[in-house]
Amino acid sequence: MTDMPTPQPIPRKGSLLVQDARTVKRNRAEARFKMYGIIAISMGLLMLLILLTTIIGRGTSAFQQTFVSLNVPLLAEKLDKKGNRDIEDIKKVSTFGYAPLLQAGFEQKVADLGIATDLKPKDMANLLSKDAAATLRDFVLANPDQIGETVVFEFLAQSRVDGYLKGRVTRDSIENDKNISAAQLDLVDALVADGTLAKKFNISFITGADASDARPEAAGIGVAMMGSLAMMLVVLALALPIGVAASIYLEEFAPKNWITDVIEVNIANLAAVPSIVFGILGLAVFINYMHLPNSAPLVGGLVLTLMTLPTIIISTRASLKAVPPSIRDAALGVGASKMQSVFHHVLPLAAPGILTGTIIGLAQALGETAPLLLIGMVGFIASNPPETIAEGLLSPNSAMPAQIYEWAKRADPAFYERAWGGIIILLVFLITMNAIAVLLRRRFERRW
Amino acid sequence: MIELINSISVSLLVLIILGLALVGYFTVRKHAISAAGGDARVLHSLPGYYGYNAAMCIAVPSLLILVLWLLIQPMLVQNAVIGLIPDQMITEGSSVGLVMSDVRRVAEGLNTAVAQGALTRTEAVDLRVDQTDVRALLADVGVALGSDVQAPVLQAAQKYRALTATGAATMVVVVLAIAVLGFALAFRMTHPAFRARNTVEAGVKALLMIAASLAILTTVGIVLSMIFESRNFFQLHDWKDFFFGTSWAPNFRGNSDLAILPLLWGTLYISVIALMVAVPIGLFAAIYLSEYAGPKVRAVAKPLLEILAGIPTIVYGLFALLTVGPFLVNLFGRGENGVLGVEWMSGATSVLTAGLVMGIMLIPFVSSLSDDIINAVPQSLRDGSFGLGATHSETVRQVVLPAALPGIVGAILLAASRAIGETMIVVLGAGAIARISGNPFEAMTTITTRIVSQLTGDTDFASPETLVAFALGLTLFVLTLGLNVVALIIVRKYWEQYE
Repeated sequence: MTDMPTPQPIPRKGSLLVQDARTVKRNRAEARFKMYGIIAISMGLLMLLILLTTIIGRGTSAFQQTFVSLNVPLLAEKLDKKGNRDIEDIKKVSTFGYAPLLQAGFEQKVADLGIATDLKPKDMANLLSKDAAATLRDFVLANPDQIGETVVFEFLAQSRVDGYLKGRVTRDSIENDKNISAAQLDLVDALVADGTLAKKFNISFITGADASDARPEAAGIGVAMMGSLAMMLVVLALALPIGVAASIYLEEFAPKNWITDVIEVNIANLAAVPSIVFGILGLAVFINYMHLPNSAPLVGGLVLTLMTLPTIIISTRASLKAVPPSIRDAALGVGASKMQSVFHHVLPLAAPGILTGTIIGLAQALGETAPLLLIGMVGFIASNPPETIAEGLLSPNSAMPAQIYEWAKRADPAFYERAWGGIIILLVFLITMNAIAVLLRRRFERRW
Repeated sequence: MIELINSISVSLLVLIILGLALVGYFTVRKHAISAAGGDARVLHSLPGYYGYNAAMCIAVPSLLILVLWLLIQPMLVQNAVIGLIPDQMITEGSSVGLVMSDVRRVAEGLNTAVAQGALTRTEAVDLRVDQTDVRALLADVGVALGSDVQAPVLQAAQKYRALTATGAATMVVVVLAIAVLGFALAFRMTHPAFRARNTVEAGVKALLMIAASLAILTTVGIVLSMIFESRNFFQLHDWKDFFFGTSWAPNFRGNSDLAILPLLWGTLYISVIALMVAVPIGLFAAIYLSEYAGPKVRAVAKPLLEILAGIPTIVYGLFALLTVGPFLVNLFGRGENGVLGVEWMSGATSVLTAGLVMGIMLIPFVSSLSDDIINAVPQSLRDGSFGLGATHSETVRQVVLPAALPGIVGAILLAASRAIGETMIVVLGAGAIARISGNPFEAMTTITTRIVSQLTGDTDFASPETLVAFALGLTLFVLTLGLNVVALIIVRKYWEQYE
């Protein structure tokens, strides 16, 4: 030991109070590194902010729609030529027969307001949605006794007029547009000044059905919402019991052998399989092999069930695992069987966790689009909401995300606004579900 | 009697069985108590268990048989009917599958016609092509057919109807018989010494196991359905062209170029751009959150970042198509009118558009998993490094990150598998042109977009243009599965290292 050279103190250059060049450099590197982290987080949060402001900024206008209020004379000589108020005769008048009434009503309104315009009544009535005649016809068929009187209606304006009021359509952008002319916009300006034409909250966007390409102003997401609801019922009815049963088996009963290992690996991998592969499975098995109806929410629900099962199994197993073994031991100690200890004691204690996991799985399924494209839940217009549960499950329908995709694919930019609006509704559902899940966790979660 | 059996639908049958199970529960429970002379203590198990035993004996075997029957019957009927269709009908540019779907449509049309009263039962059975215009008849009840019905098809359809109806009637009888048999069996088994609880618990355990093996069934279903259809595809199309060809040009008149390479290129290019966005941001965010941030910042920033993972992909797709795409065109396109004055980008859909948006989506995947992994690095490693005088950033770079590297690689692989399988963002944001090019401003297409476009709309399961989607799906499945397995192995090894 004595051979060990005594360490020579390294003479320190410079002062203790002044950092030397190397320390300055190292401290700078430290600050830089920390700054990178802050920048990264701010970038992530900035993206979130941009995304949310885009959605809200571009989607809220979908909840408002331009309406025109008109007094329409329901002329008996047009609607009921025989004059006997026979509903079968009135039904024979198609929507074309109602167009002159709209034109007359519009002309009268313009004359009453004293607006000077060179437009023909037909061009004036063109400012209304193509839906207006159908609205009028439905009203007459429902109230045949009103024929002969003049009734006040609120009609949807056509999408160009709506776009003009919302700033999407400008006088420059319509130069080559067949659907609207500058003279018609002058009339719109005059009607807006009078209050005949105004933006109002449009409930039928939330409750209504999708509309064809020519009538973006009439499109709503309500029927697609029913489709999503039907799918979620299927998912809940199948995925929850099957998922819980599978988790109980794996967590409480499964022997440690290769079969269990295979099942475990399978579930872990299924959770990471791309969702479109489940769509292919649904198409090949449920539609092509079993001949279940195409585009039916039942098939969509089955596909989403297979997709959500791994999520539910993983979260259920976590909450079963969180119940301390002492509970099981105590139950076994007073003479319960293994099965009784699980079903009477462990499962109730794990229930809040299971519920939370299920809600999160459902929320995930609600937003899923890709598999639905393959089983045909896009590309057509379901015009009526289903009336019974069986019809809701079996008749062709869309779903909220598929409807949004459908709108995004259409050519008319008026549908884009509706797609963003649909996203707001979808996100409201997702946020509500997640909030419920968080509340459940806060309220019922037990720390052992 | 036959009429009554025919009117029972599957859902009604299930309800009947469940009702029977309920009745069985109460009857057998009562029977058990009375067998014990009213003293439940004499029984081996609680009286309820005898009831449960009865309910299970009634419902489980009969429902299992029902499900199996529903799965197998269509196959048997199809095999029986196919013999009626002459070979020359199949060779003329169509396939067995197509003719069979015609047969099925005609059969369904006849069912509708009978249900609506347009035909009587016997008329439907005796219908002949030379006497009645079947197509017009079916059009009247709302079943539109593509062409006139040929005699063999009608015959096959009638046989199909007859077999299906007989099958359904037999099914109802058999299933109900099994249910009643189960009831009788449970009733006979019930005596005080019968170990009802043990039997019920064994049964429940078997049910639980069946539920757990459903995961295997799903995987098997995925693999089998894709392998089966892919095999059909490779019979129609050369496999060498599929894997090694360089052109993708589906053509519905046949003779399509269906090669996966251009699609694979687009998929990988977009995924690489997405990872170039997500990995630096996600990794630095994870480092900051786990090493520097205080509990308050962490409690706010982490859940906020994870919102990005909870947003449905259709939202990202719309964001790419309507916001990011036009923004990039403003920046890199439009020649003189653009912000940069360059003319690099013509349309809103491009590799860059899809890649950037997908990168945003992947940030939380990378950050959350890396955060967990960095947190799992033992504190003693950090303390040792600090003790030697290293600064915090030097500790992170030279000690923590190398220790966490395998886990981080696993996280990145998981994100990559997510990117390869992602559908909605690329369907809306990447475009539809298959090409192999290095220019990120061009539209390219991916495996998932082609699956969607080949399988939506009218699909004909006899043409290679449709079947190719299954081969693409299989490739995608194998690719993502491989990445996941590798990632999981790496991550698991990593966890074991510090446990």
